[in-house]
Amino acid sequence: MRMETGDTGLALAAAGGDREAFAALLARHYDGLFRVCFRLTGTRDGAEDLTQDICLALPAKLSGFRGDAKFSTWLYRVAVNAAHDARRRAASRTKASDGWGDWERNRRAAADDTAEGLDWLQTAMAALPEDLRDTAALTMGDEMTHAEAAEALGISEGTASWRLSEIRKRLKAMRDEELSA
Amino acid sequence: MSDPLDDLKRAFERATPEPDADRKTRNQDDAQKIFDRAQGSTDGARPTSDRPKGWAGIATGVRHMLNTLTSRPALTATTALVAVGVVALLPVLRDVPSPLGGLEQPELETRERAVADEAAADLDDAVSEADIAEEAPVEMEETIIVAPSMAEISDGTLYAPPPSPSPSVSPLAGAASEMRSAPAGKVIGGIVAPAPADAVRPEEPNTETFAKDDDNPVKVVTEEPVSTFSIDVDTASYAIVRNSLMSGILPPADAVRIEEMVNYFPYDYPAPAAGEGPFRPTVTLAETPWNPDTQLMTIGLQGEMPAVEDRPPLNLVFLIDTSGSMQDANKLPLLKQSFRLMLSELRPEDQVAIVTYAGSAGLALEATPAGERDKILASLETLEAGGSTAGQQGLLQAYSVAESMADDGEVTRVILATDGDFNVGIYEPEALKDFIADKRDSGTYLSVLGFGRGNLDDATMQALAQNGNGTAAYIDTLSEARKVLVDQLTGALFPIANDVKIQVEFNPAKVAEYRLIGYETRALRREDFNNDKVDAGEIGAGHSVTAIYEITPVGSPAVLNDPLRYGASSVAPAASDDGELAFLRMRYKAPGEDASQLIEVPITEGMGTVTPDTRFAAAIAGFGQLLKDSAYTGDWSYEYAIDLANSAIGEDPFGYRRQAVELMRLAKSLSQ
Repeated sequence: MRMETGDTGLALAAAGGDREAFAALLARHYDGLFRVCFRLTGTRDGAEDLTQDICLALPAKLSGFRGDAKFSTWLYRVAVNAAHDARRRAASRTKASDGWGDWERNRRAAADDTAEGLDWLQTAMAALPEDLRDTAALTMGDEMTHAEAAEALGISEGTASWRLSEIRKRLKAMRDEELSA
Repeated sequence: MSDPLDDLKRAFERATPEPDADRKTRNQDDAQKIFDRAQGSTDGARPTSDRPKGWAGIATGVRHMLNTLTSRPALTATTALVAVGVVALLPVLRDVPSPLGGLEQPELETRERAVADEAAADLDDAVSEADIAEEAPVEMEETIIVAPSMAEISDGTLYAPPPSPSPSVSPLAGAASEMRSAPAGKVIGGIVAPAPADAVRPEEPNTETFAKDDDNPVKVVTEEPVSTFSIDVDTASYAIVRNSLMSGILPPADAVRIEEMVNYFPYDYPAPAAGEGPFRPTVTLAETPWNPDTQLMTIGLQGEMPAVEDRPPLNLVFLIDTSGSMQDANKLPLLKQSFRLMLSELRPEDQVAIVTYAGSAGLALEATPAGERDKILASLETLEAGGSTAGQQGLLQAYSVAESMADDGEVTRVILATDGDFNVGIYEPEALKDFIADKRDSGTYLSVLGFGRGNLDDATMQALAQNGNGTAAYIDTLSEARKVLVDQLTGALFPIANDVKIQVEFNPAKVAEYRLIGYETRALRREDFNNDKVDAGEIGAGHSVTAIYEITPVGSPAVLNDPLRYGASSVAPAASDDGELAFLRMRYKAPGEDASQLIEVPITEGMGTVTPDTRFAAAIAGFGQLLKDSAYTGDWSYEYAIDLANSAIGEDPFGYRRQAVELMRLAKSLSQ
């Protein structure tokens, strides 16, 4: 993990108007942010768009950073909220039209999925309800600990653990179903 | 059993791509600009809901923008016009969550600058990417010339709009855009995934476009004397093949549709005389390049070209997808360039309107006479990609604008420009088709322009365009844009013959075997020919369509099938058949009519004159077969195809044929 003090110091300096601090902070966290965005959205395009939205909003957001959480945790909370916003907007368009929604999803899936096993990933993630999906998105990488993920999600660590075990249970059920099918 | 969570984590690790390097740089730069501006101008900012209220602050931003652009002739926006752009950009803003709300205006200004910078960056890109592009087809020094010439087009003052684009400008501008698209994919490809992903897209088996149809086999005339198919004026396959080759990958065989490659090129067949009908067939028999013992029978149809000044006024509503995915250089920026090219072809009495959709739909340009070039170009400049897509509102608005523009006797058309990433809201696909067909019947047509590589939903786009009586075309380079929007503007917008079907009956006394090259997806049943209910392709004004048969004369050593031992081998041709190889029948419907008309032409030995056109068509047909690894070309190789095409370039005013030769060379080196 990054040096916490370094991040916090940079973020506070950036919040106070230090442009070099802002640049360094963004450069340092861009890739991690993108990976989290990918896991939140499930598609490359979605991840690129979400990352861009967050970057452009970051200068304004940052002045709200008080240093009471790790910068990365704070950043990922911003990401989760932005993903929710994007999902809400998408839902209002697709809800009434599963035909197009599915068609678009299939298209995206087909376009992006070249790696083996990605089908399984898509299926698995699609089968999870939203709160579990977000939890998986934040915990299934090396960017943060489970405690930090819980904080970014705004839930207690206990809830995060429960959600993880719930994910495990559902994935297992899926696998058993596949095996028996 | 492994822990499912570990599986999930590993799956994520495998699936997670690297961020796009270009976008990363751009996002960081944009964020930094917003950050910098936020430090100095917080006092002038206030929350916005519908439109920015701090006009003074924006004017400052615009001045700043113009000042930074003094050395960049590509941008000639005025203060007021850029302010219009702010409104168009609002959907983008709303997409950015901002609980503070107090800092949005500086952000706006930065976004304007991003628009401007992007326009200027287009020029820079053309040059800088050339540095990296080793396989780019144009030399570096030419690219440098490109920049001023593109600027001429952009600012609309130095670029005199000729009736057809002047070659001295065109090839350069075209080259620039190809520079941009070809190496861009390659460069990115070295760093992250998108280019390879793009490159394999044509292989996606889930679209109708690449629906696999086996190559037409050799047919024995005594068994199956009649061949029936629908004409095809689509050219998408050629663009896909070109894109693949330019990215350094041989196209997948299923993406190669030979008839679309052959029909990509304009051929100068004799046009029909006045009163003769909407199109005229020309049949030419010539030696087959890849087989000395067979002959190629080329059927060329040339559509009539009504005088441009005779055509009715056009009302065009451009429905432009400005969603985030459109911001790639080969999408929205290319669309803007294409649009400029097309604008110079319109007449003053034609009208243009622009509706955008991204986040929310908006009227970017009210119905404006094509003569008001500056106004149209300025509104075009303000288009910026960003946000998500809300196609339904846009479509409804585009149609309502179109209806408000329509007068009696005018042709009204909605032109949807998208990368396929559109979501059309409440409409089920079927309902949407009905909606479009309904509007078509009330006089508003729909055409679809696809931008960007690998529009995997092109089947849907084609379906939409077909229901709207329009064409679906892919635009991946500026020269493609010129071809579709300028050279073929009249044809694409004015159909002259609908449901055109071709039927050829071969004379078994003369022809032992035949093979239709391409048109696999266009085959019709024999009885469909006379059935006016069966749909077929349209010919637009001035379009030409080419179909090629390889025929094996009776007694030729190239005959593949031995005669049947027990079959009825005795063929008694009627006396009148003497000298006739085959009989060509064509059916078409005049626009607006339900009953078809018939044209009949007997095909005799040695008919027609071999021209560079027929030889070039043969070279392309051979090229397509090589790409498909066809069984019929023997040891004929790319080398021969290159020689043949090179010898048949003819006038080639737009450079299409020379480009094809380049592609053959690329294919040759890639296949080794």
